[in-house]
Amino acid sequence: MTDATTTDLAPAEHSDHHDVKPIRKTAMWVFLGSECVFFGAMISTFLLYRNTTNGGPGTELFNVPFTSASSFVLLMSSLTMVLAHNAFEKNDLRQTRVWLIGTALLGSTFLAGQIFEFTEFVHEGLTLSTSPFGSAFYMLTGFHGIHVAVGVMLLAAMAVLSFSGRLYDDRGLNVELIGLYWHFVDIVWIVIFTVVYLLQV
Amino acid sequence: MTTDVQEIEEAQDAHEDHRADHSHPTPQQYWLIALILAILTAIEVAVPSISAFDGPPRVVLLLGLGAIKFAMVVALFMHLKFEKPLYRNFFLIGLGGAIAMFIVVLLTFRAL
Repeated sequence: MTDATTTDLAPAEHSDHHDVKPIRKTAMWVFLGSECVFFGAMISTFLLYRNTTNGGPGTELFNVPFTSASSFVLLMSSLTMVLAHNAFEKNDLRQTRVWLIGTALLGSTFLAGQIFEFTEFVHEGLTLSTSPFGSAFYMLTGFHGIHVAVGVMLLAAMAVLSFSGRLYDDRGLNVELIGLYWHFVDIVWIVIFTVVYLLQV
Repeated sequence: MTTDVQEIEEAQDAHEDHRADHSHPTPQQYWLIALILAILTAIEVAVPSISAFDGPPRVVLLLGLGAIKFAMVVALFMHLKFEKPLYRNFFLIGLGGAIAMFIVVLLTFRAL
């Protein structure tokens, strides 16, 4: 009797607090695993076409010092993200908000750098349709940039939710899951920076 | 009976969470990890300009440094080192699939 009563009590809340969260986290890891394959395909494609410039510009356009600075910014955004998660776990709403906003700003700085780099490359004659090299380069780095942009929007949404007191609402994406996504974006860039930039100069 | 099993599972989960909380690095350790990552990045950037590493040593060194940075972020910032094996397996399956596809594609087109 007691068992039945306990089991029947508020099944929705019980499900929310003990079943859904691990499922969402599992789903995020599955998603990140699938993203590994996605970016693996893009990087393979870039390496296949890295020398097919059709007489147009190629890897000599790369400005490694500038890209290194962008990489450093994105790497440090992983630090601010993990500090946000740490503060979130300690229920420190103010610190969580500060680090979330800091991460979003660092992500925005990286995006600004990427837009500047693309603009420079287009000015030098490398466009999406110039050559297979151009297509592969813009597709790979462009898709990564889109992932960063989505991450910045999610971080901004989290920051806004923190002001309205809904950051601890357990029904949607939370700081931990967005943190996983953000760190993934960072590790993808670690690979792109090494394989696309450093190994080609 | 069902409730008893649920209570045991919840207690185990709570214990795992509690243990995981204590296993996570402290903020000071996160700063130290970030410093190490920054130093590794500086070394990476310097490697192409050092003529002694020209050729295959440069490739091995850069890929090695990149792999160390990758592993540090995944293990310590994403907490995969402290997570359930299930999460680690899902991620490693994807990563292994990506590496396998990478090798197969480049070998097929003789680009490796």
